[in-house]
Amino acid sequence: MNLEPTEEQRQIVATVRRFVREEIVPLEAKLDPDASELPREDFERLTGMVRAMGFWGLDIPAEYGGAGVDLVTRTLMAVEMGQHRAGLYAPCYGVFGTAGLAQLYEATEEQKQKYLYPMLRGEKRGFFGLTEPSGGSDPARAIRTRAVKDGSDWVINGSKVFISGADRAHFGLVFARTDAEKGRGGITCFIVDTDMKGFHVRRIVHTLRSSNYATELQFEDLRVPHSNVLGEVGRGFAIANDRLTRQRIPYAAACIGVAVKAQELAIDYAQQRETFGAPLATRQAVQWMIVDNEIDIRTSLWLTLAAAHKADSGQPYRMEAGMAKLVASEAGGRVVDRAMQIHGGYGMTKDLPFERWYREMRIRRVGEGPSEVQRHVIARDLLGGGLR
Amino acid sequence: MAIRLEKPWIELTAEAVGSLPGQLGVYQLADADGRVVSIGFAGGRSLFGLRSELERMVRERPAGATRFRYEVNQQYTTRYLELLMLHVADHGSLPEMNAADPPVRLGRLSPL
Repeated sequence: MNLEPTEEQRQIVATVRRFVREEIVPLEAKLDPDASELPREDFERLTGMVRAMGFWGLDIPAEYGGAGVDLVTRTLMAVEMGQHRAGLYAPCYGVFGTAGLAQLYEATEEQKQKYLYPMLRGEKRGFFGLTEPSGGSDPARAIRTRAVKDGSDWVINGSKVFISGADRAHFGLVFARTDAEKGRGGITCFIVDTDMKGFHVRRIVHTLRSSNYATELQFEDLRVPHSNVLGEVGRGFAIANDRLTRQRIPYAAACIGVAVKAQELAIDYAQQRETFGAPLATRQAVQWMIVDNEIDIRTSLWLTLAAAHKADSGQPYRMEAGMAKLVASEAGGRVVDRAMQIHGGYGMTKDLPFERWYREMRIRRVGEGPSEVQRHVIARDLLGGGLR
Repeated sequence: MAIRLEKPWIELTAEAVGSLPGQLGVYQLADADGRVVSIGFAGGRSLFGLRSELERMVRERPAGATRFRYEVNQQYTTRYLELLMLHVADHGSLPEMNAADPPVRLGRLSPL
């Protein structure tokens, strides 16, 4: 397995790096430190630049008008795109376009016309509604939202929590139990319009992060036509699971991007800042923090690239994706923490990006499957599927 | 959990604002009839947090504001958006000052 970037990948990385440093970082000097959106005119200007570079729609397949990049290249780009203050949860403030809901590529043509194509054109926004107050790590058992067939419709009742973007969405994918006896085989995915009667966004769930805030949803006799079932009745768990595995790779890459930037700032500061007549960089205690950072970054990067390589080559990669997500999210937290320590008091302020990264990086150990679930997934692959 | 800002109103005077903490958070301004005319926040670039933001409001008196209330809150960006969405849910539109310069994309809440 050769994970050295190709010449084309090096050029792409250099282009994205320049874009982040010359276009994104200077804008952040004027934005609120917790901002997660650009002013409309900046967003449109930068989106135009990204389109001209041919990078718009990174996660959209080429046949649907996206950039169609492979996952290794996507990983390398994500590492670069994360290297700014908002980079963990709002990489480049979304000017590279978002994948939206990849599950809709498997939709019927009628569903694609109504939801997928408008979403890809940026006319409609969607949300992914899986997690419930009863749990998110084990959706097969935790889902209590019920959908009951009534004539040609389904009637949904229940609630969801930690759902990003539902308050701004035109539609969403809602996973509900359609057969109480069948476990994961009893879950169905529905496409739900947010203007339907019975759909409620009850509140924002305030967390450590300021970007992509979460919401709590409630469904009260929400009536959905059978034509809005995505895939087959009882096959919703497979739809959810496929997304969860693939998503772990760019998720890990964003953690690495922030860690790389934190390390860069830590090295600069350690070389400039003097204490007791000598630069911090001459102190062994500081040197070791920087060395440990580099080990954390490189370990994470190689694991993530290895997972991406396996996915690109069509091999099973669930275990590798889990390792990448687990290692990168935990290592990213350590790197940011050490960089803050090297910066001393300034590292704690909103003058520098560390405090935001520190808060948001903590969520990464829980989001998209907590570290413990990743270990469970890895153990299951190592020890056999009999583990529960 | 109560999500609306329901603290008592305080007269918008230099004296009252001068004793505020220099912390980050959100605030509402109201006119003499108790109508909310503006929702704002003191973010990470505010020199003295809520105090300096509301001192500016004392000087500018947007939309005839005479009263204010505030909440110290480190999650000021999401709380600010939440208060705007709550106002739209309760009154059908944004407060006067916010309508003149709305957020890029505001979501929709249907609170209990």
